[in-house]
Amino acid sequence: MLRKKSGSIAAVILVMITLAAFGFSNTYSPDKAYKDIPTPLVKDSIASVKAFEKVYTVLMSPRCVNCHPIGDIPLQGDDSHIHKMFPKRGADGKGLYAMKCANCHQLENTTGPHAPPGAPNWHLPPANMKMVFQGKSAHDLAKQLVDLKQNGNKNMKQLLEHADDQLVLAGWKPAQGHSMPPMSHSEFKKAWTAWIKNGAYAPAK
Amino acid sequence: MIKLNVNNKSHDCDISSDMPLLWALRDILQLTGTKYGCGVAQCGACVVHLDGEAVRSCVTKVSRAQGKKITTIEGLSLNNDHPLQQAWQNIDVPQCGYCHSGQIMSAAVLLRENNNPTDQDIDNAMAGNICRCGTYPRIRKAIHIAAEIQRKSAEKS
Repeated sequence: MLRKKSGSIAAVILVMITLAAFGFSNTYSPDKAYKDIPTPLVKDSIASVKAFEKVYTVLMSPRCVNCHPIGDIPLQGDDSHIHKMFPKRGADGKGLYAMKCANCHQLENTTGPHAPPGAPNWHLPPANMKMVFQGKSAHDLAKQLVDLKQNGNKNMKQLLEHADDQLVLAGWKPAQGHSMPPMSHSEFKKAWTAWIKNGAYAPAK
Repeated sequence: MIKLNVNNKSHDCDISSDMPLLWALRDILQLTGTKYGCGVAQCGACVVHLDGEAVRSCVTKVSRAQGKKITTIEGLSLNNDHPLQQAWQNIDVPQCGYCHSGQIMSAAVLLRENNNPTDQDIDNAMAGNICRCGTYPRIRKAIHIAAEIQRKSAEKS
C-alpha cells in the first residue's frame, strides 16, 4: 500500500517537473533565439549598437511609430497626432465594430490628399502585446524588440524576416502628403540585419 | 466585366475594376440610399457592408468587392424593419437625414457583435460617422432602443 502511494507521489512529481520544463521553455532564451539565425552569429557590441542607432531613427519615424502608439488609438500624419475619429485597437489590433482598420484602409493607398494609406492586413499590434514604440528610448526599444514576451513571440530568425513584412514595407510607400522614413528600405534592412547578427545589443541609453 | 452581389442579387457590371463601389451602387445599380459625403473615408455617409463589415464604399474599389456579399441600406432588412430602422422611426432620429443610411449600417455591425452596448461601445463604433445636424443624442438613444428590440426578439425566438 505504502509502496503504491510512494509510486503515485513520484509520478506526480515527475509530471510536475515535466510541466515546469515545458513552461520554462517558453520563456526568453537568447541562446535558443540566436540558434535560429541561418548564418553564424558574430557578436560585436559596437557594430550592433551602431547599426541600431540607424534602425532607431526609422522605427521612431511617423511611418512606424504611428501604428505603435502608447495608447489604444493609432496616430496619424507626419506630426503623429491622434487618429481622427478615434478608432480603437480592439483585442486583435484590427479595430472595433464599425471602426475596423480595413473598413477605410484598403489593400493599397487610396489616391488623393487626406485619403487613407493602405496595405494588406492593416492593423495595430494586439491588445495583449502592444509593442509600443512611441516614447521609447533606443535602449528600451532594443530590449523590447528581442524580448519574446514583447515582440510578438518572434525569435531572431523571424525578427530578421520581419524587415520584409508587408506592413513594414508599406512604410516606404507612404500615402500622398506623408514623408518617407529617413533612409531607404535596403539601408534599413542592412542596419536591421547588422544589429541582429552582431548580437542585437541595446544602446546604453 | 465586374460581377457584384448586392443585397443577394447578382449583377454583371461593365465598369472599370478601380471604380469606387459607391459609384457602382449609385450610378450603375441606382441604389441611391447610400450617400456620397467626403470621398476620402472621413465621414461615414457611404458605409455599406462587405461580407458583414462596415466598409466605406467611397474608397473601396469594386475589385475588392468582387466575390463578396455587399449589403446596402436597401437590403438591410426585408421590410425596412431591422431593429435599428424601427428605433430610428420610433423617435424620429434624422433631421436632414443625409448621413443616416451610413449611421444605421455602422450601428448594425455594432448590434451584431454586441447586443447590449454601453454608451462607450456606441462611441467606439460610431465615432467615424459624422452628422452635421448634430443628431448624436438621438442616434445614441435609438441604438439603445434597437438593442432592446433585438434582445426581446431573440428571447421570443
